[in-house]
Amino acid sequence: MANIQDIIGKICPSATFEQGQTLLVNVPAQDWRKLAVALKQNSDLDFDVLSALIGMDWKETLGVIYYFTSTSRNWEMLSVKVEVADREKPMIHTVSDLWKVANFQEREVYDFYGIEFIEHPDMRRFFLRNDWVGYPLRKDYDADPAVNPIRMEDEENEDDTYSLKVQPDGSVRKVKGKVFDADDYVVNIGPQHPSTHGVMRFRAALDGETVKKVDVVSGYIHRGIEKLTEGMTYPQTLHFTDRMDYMSAHMNRHCLCMCIEKAMGIEVPARAQVIRTMMDELMRISSHLLAFGCTSMDMGATTCFFYGFREREKVLDIFEKTCGARMSMNYNVIGGVIADLHEDFVKDVKELCAIMPSRLKEYHKVFSGNIIAKNRMVGVGMLSKEDAINYDITGPSGRGSGWSCDTRKKHPYASYSQVQFDEVLEEGCDSYARYMVRMREIEESVKILEQLVDAIPEGPIRAQVPKIVKLPEGRWYTQVEASRGAFGVYIESKGEKNPYRMHFQSPCFNLVGVMDLTCKGNMIADLIVIGAALDFVIPDIDR
Amino acid sequence: MFDFSVVTNWINTQLLSIMPDWAAVLIECIIIGVCVLGAYTVLALFYILYERKLCAWFQCRLGPMRVGKWGLLQVFADMFKILIKELIPLKGTDKFLFKLAPYIIITASVTMLACLPWGKGMQIINYNIGIFFVLAVSSVGILGILLAGWASNNKYTLIGAMRSGAQMISYELSLGLAIITMVLFAGTMNITDIVEAQDRGWFIFTGHIPAIIACIIYVIAATAETNRGPFDLPEAEHELTAGYHTEYSGIHFGFFYLAEYLNLFIVSGICSLMFLGGWMPFHVSGWTGFNEIMDYIPGIVWFLGKAFFISFVIIWFKWTFPRIRIDQMLAFEWKYLMPIALANLVVMALCVTNNWHF
Amino acid sequence: MAVKSPKIRSMKYEDFKDNQYIDSLVEELNATGANVVVGKLDQLINWGRANSLWPLCFGTSCCAIEFMCLGAARYDMARYGAEVARNSPRQADYIMVQGTIVHRMAPVLRRLYEQLAEPRYVIACGGCAVSGGPFKNSYCVLPGVDKILPVDVYIPGCPPRPEAMFYGLMQLQRKIKVQKFFGGANRKEKIQDFFAKNAREVGKY
Repeated sequence: MANIQDIIGKICPSATFEQGQTLLVNVPAQDWRKLAVALKQNSDLDFDVLSALIGMDWKETLGVIYYFTSTSRNWEMLSVKVEVADREKPMIHTVSDLWKVANFQEREVYDFYGIEFIEHPDMRRFFLRNDWVGYPLRKDYDADPAVNPIRMEDEENEDDTYSLKVQPDGSVRKVKGKVFDADDYVVNIGPQHPSTHGVMRFRAALDGETVKKVDVVSGYIHRGIEKLTEGMTYPQTLHFTDRMDYMSAHMNRHCLCMCIEKAMGIEVPARAQVIRTMMDELMRISSHLLAFGCTSMDMGATTCFFYGFREREKVLDIFEKTCGARMSMNYNVIGGVIADLHEDFVKDVKELCAIMPSRLKEYHKVFSGNIIAKNRMVGVGMLSKEDAINYDITGPSGRGSGWSCDTRKKHPYASYSQVQFDEVLEEGCDSYARYMVRMREIEESVKILEQLVDAIPEGPIRAQVPKIVKLPEGRWYTQVEASRGAFGVYIESKGEKNPYRMHFQSPCFNLVGVMDLTCKGNMIADLIVIGAALDFVIPDIDR
Repeated sequence: MFDFSVVTNWINTQLLSIMPDWAAVLIECIIIGVCVLGAYTVLALFYILYERKLCAWFQCRLGPMRVGKWGLLQVFADMFKILIKELIPLKGTDKFLFKLAPYIIITASVTMLACLPWGKGMQIINYNIGIFFVLAVSSVGILGILLAGWASNNKYTLIGAMRSGAQMISYELSLGLAIITMVLFAGTMNITDIVEAQDRGWFIFTGHIPAIIACIIYVIAATAETNRGPFDLPEAEHELTAGYHTEYSGIHFGFFYLAEYLNLFIVSGICSLMFLGGWMPFHVSGWTGFNEIMDYIPGIVWFLGKAFFISFVIIWFKWTFPRIRIDQMLAFEWKYLMPIALANLVVMALCVTNNWHF
Repeated sequence: MAVKSPKIRSMKYEDFKDNQYIDSLVEELNATGANVVVGKLDQLINWGRANSLWPLCFGTSCCAIEFMCLGAARYDMARYGAEVARNSPRQADYIMVQGTIVHRMAPVLRRLYEQLAEPRYVIACGGCAVSGGPFKNSYCVLPGVDKILPVDVYIPGCPPRPEAMFYGLMQLQRKIKVQKFFGGANRKEKIQDFFAKNAREVGKY
């Protein structure tokens, strides 16, 4: 740590440091660009992954908190805080040219806080309507429905964009731009479209059937979860996590619980740890089965969808018996889990583990080995390892590009350090590799379940937690491996019983970021396949 | 084999005995029209249920079962509903062409149905270029699809229509070549004569290798011609929502829906006529008893049974294979299917000239 | 001809929960009366409509996954003849709104509804569609789709189980079976009234 502190101190003397869960660097906005370049390019620092970019409102100042990860130095994390005092026209220099993943994330911050990013290529709102008044996550936002009533008139397509360019004399000037050229043949895909896996909207400029550019228009299911959490106590915030990426409900909730537990210093009992791990893996199986079903259905092989769902029902049965619900289980709580395992749990899990290998063989026979399926997926949607790192594409999609990025291995949590499993890596970098990673991960999950199912320790399922949950002052960031990648939760607390700011860093958000990159030059039918193989869940993107 | 023309001739003489020529012809035309339209509706409805039940079976489901016994009345409920559904007039469409398109499609498929002989003597007209006529009419259907896509003033429908244009024109070549192969073998274009020529044995057996290849090519091309999976690109539900008929509602959509299923029957029917002996029973030389039993089964049952079997195979394709991509589909046709079909035609010609067939 | 209470196969009339509502509809129909031919025709048409409900594929969040389960092998929506999920609203019969509707989505949903061909129905499925659910207090969530669409059936749950969705589907069938095609109250006019009233109020949410 001292080493990094020294290097940063040399590059940017105005930086101050705060020790905490991770080292926090305070940088004035005017020096931020210099440090950002150094963080990326200085080989001693080498923070090649931007894990999270969180907009903040500290009442007097606005700002951004960045979380960086260095893959070369054992996934060490560093956080940077950039503050601007000007609330009327806050401006921070962009990092989207260094870490491409920042492109959409800075647009999100602009949408929520009104912070404009200098040199950002495309400053438009991301989640909210173009005609939205105000910035909802600011603490002084006027939530009166009269200001932003439900507008039933159709939204104008926003083709105009702008970016803030630094002039030679140091001043900043607005430069107007266009998203699409006037003579582009733009096809609108979504928000109501069978293959966007929800209500995503893509606007694709076509040349014949070849995609020239994809513009992602998000926010059709933006529910303002992050703002809602600020008005709730910590236990109340838990239920939102189940409804974001509903296909990794357990993992998301696990992550939030872990973050709160870490902040409060609660030790989770061993039994609860194992139960959480098993539930996470069951969830992963169910999610990957759905991904299999949807990928095949998007490509027209409807029957495989039914096969995938047939096995998924078995997982849902296990959930239902223990948690009482098929989806939105609300099972993890602060300090452990809410209820003990059902008596059939061990039997059911063993049954599932027994049938899965043969069922996977069946899937491969019906779909993965099919020549048409292979032709559709192999070489489609290429994403190199460098791009995957730059865009922070974690999870099966990143591992399909050969990037070893499994949080379960890099920052082991719960019982993952006790079990043997392989991190599935494929070198194909295409849609087929991503798809195959998912299929092979089901095998690994079964392996983990088999190891744990007979070794569930006895003991309490919940630690003693104070009646009123209060977090000490500070900031915490935790990550888990959700079904679609690293899911992160950021909590900033002022010592109250509700969070000052809670941010969910969802893996799917980054996945849509590569749609333009991966689809360019492919055909419109490939766009669907690429989307299916990336397998994003829209409510997780929009939150 | 019972000759159905006995019945038709009897009706003809009865009518002629009580009325003048023109009146008899008029009445016969009306009877035939009613029969064809009736058969069309019944077959289309049957096929909708057939596919829905079959696909349920492939997918470990039950399929429709709550309307009537085993869901048999399901399609009638659908029909009643779709008949009285609103027809939405659309702004910005080419009104005339938009309304014309479904009728072109349905007319083309009715005409094709009318050309098929269902049994010995069970046909409307015995045309000496029958199969050629069927092929020609089948191309009219494309026009309907193109019109539908163009007139809807929607980018999805337009892409769907363009795809279907490219697809149908390409695959028609293989389809035609496969049929020409069999015409060469039979030495006639008259469908009845082609079937009669299979008296000694179905063409797929007597024509052996070239006939089998032609049959496979025909089934593949026919799948593409009817826009069914894995060649269902013009509709491509998951890409283009509903392809060329996205903007159609009510009975206009119903026409597309019916025509789709009926075209399936027609291509299966032609396959059964050209390759599987139409209404000819299955005979094994030497097994006299077996052959006699087979002869008792009426020709129409043989014809329909074979057609349903081919349809079953095509439906099986749809519910098994993923959808192919447009460039792959065209490459498949132009690079593989058509050259093979051409070579096959040459092989068949050699077989015929050298008597290398059974 | 008197309209009878609707029958649903293998489910007793008494087993349904809100029979008063259906009874009131039946009464309303019987009050105006109709002759036998028209009545029979109405019955036939209603039978067709009730048994051929093609949904529009429309899901925004979690409920959509349960809807997929509804279509999948264990629950099999096809038994009701409702598996023909159309992706084009013009060909669908009802929208099952599955999931939260937010400000940005609201005009899209309304447009989808307008694109449906008559007769069209709306099912609000899940807590979010019924009332805004857990996100009711958010700055950009619509507190229930009934604020912008005339909802026929509500299915509560978060998300509702597939069985609950079937129950909702059967309730919709019952409702359709006591409608009049010829004469009587015109559904289309009622919907126009709804929208007229709605236009004045929608800004308040």
